[in-house]
Amino acid sequence: MLEITLFSLLNGTVYGLLLFMLSSGLTLIFSMMGILNFAHASFYALGAYFAFQISRYIGFWPGLIFAPLIVGLIGAGVERYALRHVHKFGHVAELVFTFGLAFLLEEIIQFIWGNDQRPYHGPDILDFPLFVMFGANFPAYKFFMLSISILIFIGLLLVLTKTRVGLIIQAAITHPHMVGMLGHNVPLVFMLTFGTGTALAGIAGVIAGPVMGTYPAMATDLGSIVFVVVVIGGLGSLGGALVASLLIGIVQTFAVAINVSVNDFLNLIGVSFGPDHFLVDLWTMTLPMMAPLIPYLMLILILIFRPTGLFGNRET
Amino acid sequence: MSGAITIAGLHKSFGPAHIIRGITLDIAKGERHAIIGPNGAGKSTLFHLISGRYEPSEGTIELNGSDVSGLPPFDIFRQGLSRSFQVTNIFPRLSVYENIRCAVLWVADYKYSFWHQVDDLDDVNEWTETILEKIGLDGRAFIPAGLLAYAEQRALEIGIAIAGGNDVVLLDEPTAGMSHSETEQAVELIRTVTEGKTLVMVEHDMGVIFDLADRISVLVYGEIIATGTPENIRNNAAVQEAYLGTEADDD
Amino acid sequence: MSTLGNMRRAMNAEAKRRQRLYWTVLAAVLAVLPWVFSSSFAVSIMTQIGIASIFALSYNMLLGQGGMLSFGHAVYFGLGGFLAMHFMNYIEGGFPLPVPLLPIIGGLIGLLFGVIFGSFSTRRAGTVFAMISLGIAELIASSSLIFVKFFGGEEGITGDRTMGAPFLNFNYATDIEVYYIAAIWTFIAMFAMYWFSRSPMGRMANAVRENPERAEFIGYSQRKVRLISFCASGFFAGLAGGIFAIAYEIVTEETLGLNQSGSVLLMAYIGGIGYFIGPVIGAILLTLLRTVLSNFTDIWLLYLGLIFLATVLFAPAGLSGLLMMHGPAYKARRMGLLLVPYATMAIPILITTIGITGILELAHFAQNTSVDDRVMMLYGIPSNIDSLLPWAVLVGLAGIGIYGIRRAKAGVLEAWDQANAPIAPGGQDKS
Repeated sequence: MLEITLFSLLNGTVYGLLLFMLSSGLTLIFSMMGILNFAHASFYALGAYFAFQISRYIGFWPGLIFAPLIVGLIGAGVERYALRHVHKFGHVAELVFTFGLAFLLEEIIQFIWGNDQRPYHGPDILDFPLFVMFGANFPAYKFFMLSISILIFIGLLLVLTKTRVGLIIQAAITHPHMVGMLGHNVPLVFMLTFGTGTALAGIAGVIAGPVMGTYPAMATDLGSIVFVVVVIGGLGSLGGALVASLLIGIVQTFAVAINVSVNDFLNLIGVSFGPDHFLVDLWTMTLPMMAPLIPYLMLILILIFRPTGLFGNRET
Repeated sequence: MSGAITIAGLHKSFGPAHIIRGITLDIAKGERHAIIGPNGAGKSTLFHLISGRYEPSEGTIELNGSDVSGLPPFDIFRQGLSRSFQVTNIFPRLSVYENIRCAVLWVADYKYSFWHQVDDLDDVNEWTETILEKIGLDGRAFIPAGLLAYAEQRALEIGIAIAGGNDVVLLDEPTAGMSHSETEQAVELIRTVTEGKTLVMVEHDMGVIFDLADRISVLVYGEIIATGTPENIRNNAAVQEAYLGTEADDD
Repeated sequence: MSTLGNMRRAMNAEAKRRQRLYWTVLAAVLAVLPWVFSSSFAVSIMTQIGIASIFALSYNMLLGQGGMLSFGHAVYFGLGGFLAMHFMNYIEGGFPLPVPLLPIIGGLIGLLFGVIFGSFSTRRAGTVFAMISLGIAELIASSSLIFVKFFGGEEGITGDRTMGAPFLNFNYATDIEVYYIAAIWTFIAMFAMYWFSRSPMGRMANAVRENPERAEFIGYSQRKVRLISFCASGFFAGLAGGIFAIAYEIVTEETLGLNQSGSVLLMAYIGGIGYFIGPVIGAILLTLLRTVLSNFTDIWLLYLGLIFLATVLFAPAGLSGLLMMHGPAYKARRMGLLLVPYATMAIPILITTIGITGILELAHFAQNTSVDDRVMMLYGIPSNIDSLLPWAVLVGLAGIGIYGIRRAKAGVLEAWDQANAPIAPGGQDKS
């Protein structure tokens, strides 16, 4: 039991911090520009694929540096030349655009790199078990993921609270219009924000690609969960995004690890049903089976009872 | 209570900001009542409270004798109160005709019907056309409302408010931004369409007020400092000091 | 009777005449189509178009008319399909329901879940609504693999439509019989949804979309208006799902999945959400792309993505919006002015399309071919991917095309202005 708890906690934290890297960029973009970037996870995928390409010809570490930069540039370009144009057609059009962008990016990825999973691996130098507990490995690469995520989180925190740019961003998060009136070049800020947000998604892709797999659908698989995180944490709150990311990451990881079923629970209170009962699917439902559902259940509950999320102060 | 609107001990705060600080006011049926006051006094907030956009923090509001404090806007409308908005609040992509027709549908008892066809509802359509003629927009009926000139939009704004025929009408700065001649036309329009109804008006134009109002309430910092006939208010020292300044008339 | 009243009566009478004509033509076309395009392939496509049209129109009740962007509309479509499929199996076991009435079952469950999910989804519009719809979509998609009894697990649920009581001599075995079931339902559903849009409820749905707050001040609960739209939309989506079940005799978790939800969004948006007919145009286009184009190229999804994004960026009113833009010119009988400029624009566009699609096709071929097979049949011309020639030609074509578009643009704009110039007082235009 202890080993499950410890490993689930560790893996859940790794996964949760990965979600945070993605959701922090999304939160930044949403807070500053009011746009829920449906294509955010596509930039995550692009990060992984670019890093894969670079690691093939040069190495993993250059990939870590250059892939996010390329992704950020693409993101800034998308904002400057497309999103800005669509903005005047209204809110719905913006959302539909980012949705279409997600669709197109996935097709482009498939076009360039094919449908199969690409063999993107971490560097050899990190390919060893960091420690062995109860007979199971904790790979050093996962610890590397953890470290980078924490570093980025600390970096974001420092930039936001200690630098002038950070203060402007904090102000823009809650009062976007005022920031414009204070004389800052708002279009430039928007472009930089979108670029930085997507670059963060790119970094997440670079480091998660080897572990989560580098395949075309990686964007859709992770994308929805990132939205859940951002909404549960509270639209517009970075702290909320962190809490929600860790919450969902850990809860999901635990759910997958603990193999109990509804039947087990019912047996505890003395009830049991035969295998032909018409609700048999409900009784044989196990926690690991429910794991994919949990984030969405939480999403719906939060949207019903507390639409501003756990820590948010804006609804849309 | 035979009053149209009866407000007792009304307070409204937004967080720490205490905007309405205790209002008690009685407006009789058929009265034409103006509410004046400096910017930020809470006039629009008061309208929002009466019409259901905001809920009171404290106090009660009665409409024709029944308590409407905290009810949603559609409930208050159905009980007989209509309002217009200071910032034009129309349905921009619908035609002018449709704007008015929508304002008539509920009162004409069609409610959420999906089995009638609006084009066949002679009663609704004739009613709509009558209103359009009253507000002078019958020549622009089929244009998208968003394309109207400013004064036309203000006329439509009033039109939507009175189309349903409710007996209590709140008009929030109906002549805002109008030229002198446009204002004259608007005043005539208001006089005609609110014939026999209870009218409560927020206005800044003193000429309009002294022209239309039976009684005036002066709202300063969320409290009513004086209520009375235009003459009384004109000569009231506290009002002069707080709002009108040392000179008393400007028309 | 006032002049406005007279004008309105005249306009209504005219509109009614036109509508009667449109519905009659539609019915005639639907009836006659399988005799014109009689191949099995064509008939099956027409059935698919019918299903897609109902689905897309139901979606537009939410988006175009109600202003609600949903990422999970396939939930109602799929649930309708699944329940209809189960009932198809009950019919096989003797349940006394004629197979062609199965779509009603689909519609009813779409309505039921519309009520259930709508009760909390429709409190707000905008981004929150979109997010809830996404959450519901993911939830249902995930649970479809858990509740195997209802959803059939990975293989889905199958049925046999020929096992019910036959009607006259028909036992629904042939494609044409299925087509007529779909066509009749398509006509009924289109008529009903159009009727809904012209009802008081339908008009208020538009008003709530435009200004939800003001709608409350004229007596309507915005929540209730949205909820009713949502339920009606769920009904018709479920109806479409029921026809799907009859036509394909299999319903899987893909039927209610996110891809299906995405495709209906694409259909409605590309066709144009501002006009009733828009989603139908989108349904026709997308079905043709999916069935016909996919036979010619592997990368048709890439093209679809490009078309969609181009629509969002450059023609947000969709195809129907583009068509309707020509209304004033058509009424003024100035469409002729546009013919030549459009042609001078259309030819370079065609050339650019050939160039760009050629490059993409060639690249795709080059990526996926073996060392032995170096020649691709591109637009009927054998092209060797190792030689520079085909690449150069295609790039050249694209370049020439783009240049031609640039050149033609000024002429098109000028012709457009001319065609839309206000008619000089006196009634007659001077051109």
